[in-house]
Amino acid sequence: MAGPGAADRIGGVIEVNGLTKRYGRKTAVDDLCFTVRPGQVTGFLGPNGAGKTTTLRMILGLDAPTGGTATVGGVPFRDHPRGLRHAGALLDAQQVHGGLTARAHLAALSRSNRLPARRVDEVLAEVGLTEAARRRVGGFSLGMKQRLGIAAALLGDPPVLMFDEPINGMDPEGVLWVRHLFRRLAAQGRTVFLSSHLMSEMENTADQLVVIGRGRLIAAESVRSFAARGSRLRVVVRTPRTAELTEVLTRAGGRVEPDDGPGTDRLAVTGLPAERIGTLALDHRIVLHELTTRSASLEEAFMEITADTVEYLAGQPR
Amino acid sequence: MSAPAAVSAPAGVRAVPEPPARFLDLVAAEWIKMRSLRSTPWVLVLVPFFVTGCAALDALWDYNNFPRYSPEAQREHMFALRDAFPVSGYWTLILVAAGMGAVAVVGEYGTGLIRTTMVAVPARASVVLAKAVLVALVWTAVGAVAAAGSFTASQLILGLRDAALPVTDPVAVRSLAASALLAPVCALIGLALGVLIRHGATTAVVAAFTLLMLPFFVSDRRRWSAEIYNAMVGPAWQRLTTDWTPPPGSGSYPGTVPGSWLAYLAWPVLLVTAALIMIRRRDV
Repeated sequence: MAGPGAADRIGGVIEVNGLTKRYGRKTAVDDLCFTVRPGQVTGFLGPNGAGKTTTLRMILGLDAPTGGTATVGGVPFRDHPRGLRHAGALLDAQQVHGGLTARAHLAALSRSNRLPARRVDEVLAEVGLTEAARRRVGGFSLGMKQRLGIAAALLGDPPVLMFDEPINGMDPEGVLWVRHLFRRLAAQGRTVFLSSHLMSEMENTADQLVVIGRGRLIAAESVRSFAARGSRLRVVVRTPRTAELTEVLTRAGGRVEPDDGPGTDRLAVTGLPAERIGTLALDHRIVLHELTTRSASLEEAFMEITADTVEYLAGQPR
Repeated sequence: MSAPAAVSAPAGVRAVPEPPARFLDLVAAEWIKMRSLRSTPWVLVLVPFFVTGCAALDALWDYNNFPRYSPEAQREHMFALRDAFPVSGYWTLILVAAGMGAVAVVGEYGTGLIRTTMVAVPARASVVLAKAVLVALVWTAVGAVAAAGSFTASQLILGLRDAALPVTDPVAVRSLAASALLAPVCALIGLALGVLIRHGATTAVVAAFTLLMLPFFVSDRRRWSAEIYNAMVGPAWQRLTTDWTPPPGSGSYPGTVPGSWLAYLAWPVLLVTAALIMIRRRDV
């Protein structure tokens, strides 16, 4: 992995400008414009079929755009004769040859870019595949293939990293590890761009969001402000004196509902921030057992905002 | 987050200093992939053995029947060259070489590895060219061993009847060269078809049909179609490995030696060129 000095020599902005891709009469990506900056994790969100993978492919020079441009560090990616020092990408963990060993796969990539031979062992250790290095990839679980794909992306110690649905197939321990890794890569000053169709993945990982639906840009902003745009803030309170608290909070302008149906000590409050609820409870000497701001609103924000852009709605005629 | 203080990095600064791109590194990378596949050593060793075995069997047949041949046939021993380069063995070589050439690319298309490769090396045509160079080198080596093996084995057996060809015989030299080069020619055709078609099974069928079946559909009994026939790789190899051609006016139109060499050159060059053009234009 990059040493502590990595940050000062790293920088690579992904810039997408008017990017469009049409397949015949179908427009997969429509006039996208956004910028992904170094030093933070940027989530790339959208329902399945929104055009995320197509966009990533165009950024990486695999697909030619019908219109517009995409640059990495100011240069169209295909202009680099060798790519691994400029960007690392994991598009699909299954895209490895099952007959190759993990080591051979990485050694070939490393050699093609004239990287130092030690990088192979370094990235294998980084992703925890040292033991499996001599095994053929065909026998790997999806989670192990994800790790191998991440290892390949890290080979060139690049300033820009792109991952398409990196958490698919990972066990809970792997998910934690990969989140931590993304945060660390961003903290080193790298540009980390991850796509997902699951909002909940982004909540704990991303700082910024680029949200698309049906190939169009829906939002490009911080996770916090995106969440705030959706549903109103929701706070969960637990108290033995639900009736009294309900009255107090309703009088203060909040909307209160039993959180798990009637007969519970848990209330869901909208329209009042947690601090205000705490103060009100103290003023009225009501004991609180729990006071939590529900971050699930991010998921709701996503659903709300992308509701009319979902490509394939279940149970509806197309 | 361990080191949030290190976040602000000046944008546009290059990462690791980059050495200039070298084509030979791409060939080396392809070699790492090729040699790591479990099937590769087996195929590369079995093919020359198989071809040599076919030649030895043909030579044994003539060895056994030799006493029954006419004195003229015994003296001319025209079968020596035919036994050294048996159609059965070399048709198999064509099939395997073309298949393995195709596998070098369709294996990557089938698994999607091609995308990983092309992100690592955005100079796509260089990747295809590196594969072509490697495939040509490896299969020239295999073809040379196969040709040397089949010639040596058959002539050792026929030598026991004093019916062997010396290796210094000009037709023997030409036949050895043509047989050694048959493998890389077919491997390159397979590779180029793989790039153009991308789909494994389809590539295999098209390659096998083009190399092995197509000659059956073209007659060598009319001048115009004989020209097409002679321009095919299999018939070109047959022309180069024989010193007997039907006399003029006998109703057939055998190819010329230079024309056959030209066919050897033209097929791989044209198809690989098409592959190099297409790989740049198409989405991966």
